[in-house]
Amino acid sequence: MSSAADAASSSLIVARDATRILEGVVPVTLVRGINMTVRPREFVAITGPSGSGKSSLLYLLGLLDLPTSGEVLIGGKATAHMDEDERAMIRLATLGFVFQFHFLLPEFSILDNVMLPMRALGQLSLDEIRARAHQLLDALGLSDRAHKLPEQLSGGQRQRVAVARALANDPPVILADEPTGSLDSKSSEQVFQILRDLVDQRGKTVVAVTHDLGLARRMDRRIQLVDGAIATDAANSHLPERSP
Amino acid sequence: MNLVLDIAVTHVRHRARQSLVAVAGVAIGVGFSIMMAALMEGSQNDFMKVLIDALPHITVSDQRRQAPPQPAEAAFAAAEIHGLTPQVLRRGIKNPLAIMAGLEGWVPGAVAPSVKVQALLRYAGRDIAASISGIDPRREPKVSQLATQMRQGDLKALYTAKDAIILGDRLAEKIGARLGANITVQTTEGARVTAHVVGLFHSGVRAADEGNAYVLIKTAQILAQQTGLVNELRVRAADPLSARRIADRIESETGYKSVSWQEANEDLLSALVIRNILMYTIVGAILLVASFGTYNIISTITHEKTRDIAILKSLGLRQATVRRIFLLESLIIGLLGAVIGWGIGFGLTVLLGSVEFKVSAVTEITRLPLAYSLWHYVLAAVVALLSSLLAGLFPARKAARLHPVDIIRGAT
Ligand SMILES: Nc1ncnc2c1ncn2[C@@H]1O[C@H](COP(=O)(O)OP(=O)(O)O)[C@@H](O)[C@H]1O
Ligand SMILES: [Mg+2]
Repeated sequence: MSSAADAASSSLIVARDATRILEGVVPVTLVRGINMTVRPREFVAITGPSGSGKSSLLYLLGLLDLPTSGEVLIGGKATAHMDEDERAMIRLATLGFVFQFHFLLPEFSILDNVMLPMRALGQLSLDEIRARAHQLLDALGLSDRAHKLPEQLSGGQRQRVAVARALANDPPVILADEPTGSLDSKSSEQVFQILRDLVDQRGKTVVAVTHDLGLARRMDRRIQLVDGAIATDAANSHLPERSP
Repeated sequence: MNLVLDIAVTHVRHRARQSLVAVAGVAIGVGFSIMMAALMEGSQNDFMKVLIDALPHITVSDQRRQAPPQPAEAAFAAAEIHGLTPQVLRRGIKNPLAIMAGLEGWVPGAVAPSVKVQALLRYAGRDIAASISGIDPRREPKVSQLATQMRQGDLKALYTAKDAIILGDRLAEKIGARLGANITVQTTEGARVTAHVVGLFHSGVRAADEGNAYVLIKTAQILAQQTGLVNELRVRAADPLSARRIADRIESETGYKSVSWQEANEDLLSALVIRNILMYTIVGAILLVASFGTYNIISTITHEKTRDIAILKSLGLRQATVRRIFLLESLIIGLLGAVIGWGIGFGLTVLLGSVEFKVSAVTEITRLPLAYSLWHYVLAAVVALLSSLLAGLFPARKAARLHPVDIIRGAT
C-alpha cells in the first residue's frame, strides 16, 4: 500500500486507460487507451500528426475534459467523482495552461490578465498580487508592456504573457498546447527557452504539445500519438536520466 | 475592486452605446411608473378624502339588520303566521345617552347624536322636500366637516333663535331664502315649525347642498313629534381605516345597524381596488418590457464573450463566479436605469403638478392631485432590479454552463 502511495506522490498526473469518445450521430474517438504518468520536473513533449488527438489528451490531463472511460489522477487523487467546481479549483491552483492562441482577455491590460488567476484564487492581497504580476512580467522581459492591451503586443509577446498568466498561482504543472505553433522561429525559440528554464531552474513540470520535432527532441521525454493512441513513449536518449 | 465587479463593469463600459440604450429603457420605464403611481395615488387620495369627509365614518341608526322577530313567533314557535298585525316598534335608539357614554368609553374618536326627519320647506310659496338633521352644535364639529363648510353664519348661530335652521346653499337658492328669512318646515305627519335661517353651508356634494338642512336636536324632535328621540349616532374615528372594525363592534354591542364609510361606499372602493390592480399590472408590464433591453444587451455580451468565458472557465473560475459576472452586469444596468429613472419620474411628476386647468366654468383653477411617496420610488426600483436580474438570469446561466473545451477546440 505504501509503495502505491509513494508512486502516487511522485507522479503528478496519471492517466489510466483513458478514452474519450465524442458522442454524436457518428461517435468520434478523440483518444483511446491512454496510460501515462507525468513525474515532477519532467519536460514532456506530446507529438503526432494533426488530428491525432494531442489537444484532446492535454484537455484530459488538464481536467478541462472528462474521459468517457478510464481515469485521470492529479497528485495521486482521483478526479472522476469531483464536481465541476472542484476540478476548476485544481485547474486554478495547480495547473497552468498555455494555448496555441494566447487567449488573453482583450479588454484588460497585460497586467490585469496576469493578475486574474491570483484574484480568482483570492489568497493574496491586491498589492501582493500586483507586485507578483510585475515580477512575472519582468522575468519574461515584458515589464514595459504591463499597461498595454493584448492587441498592442506581438504574437511572441502575447504568448509570453500567457506563460506569465499560467505561472500566476505558482502551479507545479504547466500544460501547453502548441505554445510556439503560431510564432516565428525567433519568438518560438524564446518561448521554448522560457519553458525549458521553468523545468531546469524553477522545478516545474511542463507537458507541451508540439509538432516541431526539433523542439520535441530538446525536451526530456516524447510521447507520440497516432490515431488517438500512444504509439511511442520514450525518454530522449541524449539527456541524462532523471531519478524520480 | 472585486474581480467579478471589475469584469462586469469592463464589459458594460466597453459597450457604452448598447448599454446606454438598455439603461435608458429601464430609466424611462421607472420614470413613467413613478409618475403614473403619483397620479393614480394622488387622485385616489383626493377621492378618498372627499369620500371620508362626506359622511361620518360610522353611522349607527335605529334600524337592525334583520327585522326583529314578532312576539307571536317567539311565543308560539310557529313556522308561519298569517293575518297578524305586526307590532309597531317605537322609533329611535333606546337609551341614546347611555349608549353614547358607552361608545365614548372605548371608541378612538368622537360620537355625536342626531335626529333625522324628512320635511317640506316652504318659503314664498315654494315647497321643497329636504332631509332635516337635528344636531348638537358643540359635538358636530368633532364628527363632520359641517362647521368648516359654513359659507354664512356658523353652527353656534343655531342657538340664537327659538327654531333656527342652516340650509345648503343650493337649497336656499332654490327656495329663494336668504340669511334671516323665516321659512316653514312641515312634516307629512302634520308637525310644523317656523324656522329662522341662520346659516348656509356648501359641502361640494351636490345632493347634500340641494337637500340637507340642519336644526337643533330639540327642533328636530318637535318635527318628529317624539321627545327624547335620537335616531342616529355618528362616529368619526381617529383612524378612518379602522371604521369597519369599530362599526362591527358597535353593532355587536348595541344591536343597532352600524355602517362604516367603507360599507356605505363598497362599490366605489372595489372600483378603486380594480383600478389599483390595473395600475400595478401596467407598471409591472412597463418595467418588464424595459428589461427586454437589458436581456438583449446581456445576451449579446455573453454571445460575444463566449471566448472570454471559455478562458475564464479554463483558468479555473467557478460556474457561480461566471454567472455572477453577467447577473452583475444586468444589475448595473438596472441600477443605473433605476437611479436615472428616479430623476425622470420626479421631473415628470413636478411637471405634471405644475399644469393648471379648469374643470368647469364655475370651479376655481385646479392642479392634478399628485402623491409624492418614497414608496413609489422604492417599488419602481425594486421591480426594475428584479426584472433586470430576471433578464440576465438566462444568458448568465447559459454562459456559466458553457463547456470551455467546446470553444477552445473550435478556436485552435
Ligand atoms: N468537436 C469535434 N467534433 C468532431 N470531431 C472532433 C471534434 N474535436 C476534435 N475532433 C476530431 O478529433 C480528433 C482529435 O482532435 P485534436 O485532439 O484536436 O487533435 P490534434 O490536437 O492532435 O490536432 C481530430 O480528428 C478532430 O478532427
Ligand atoms: Mg491540437
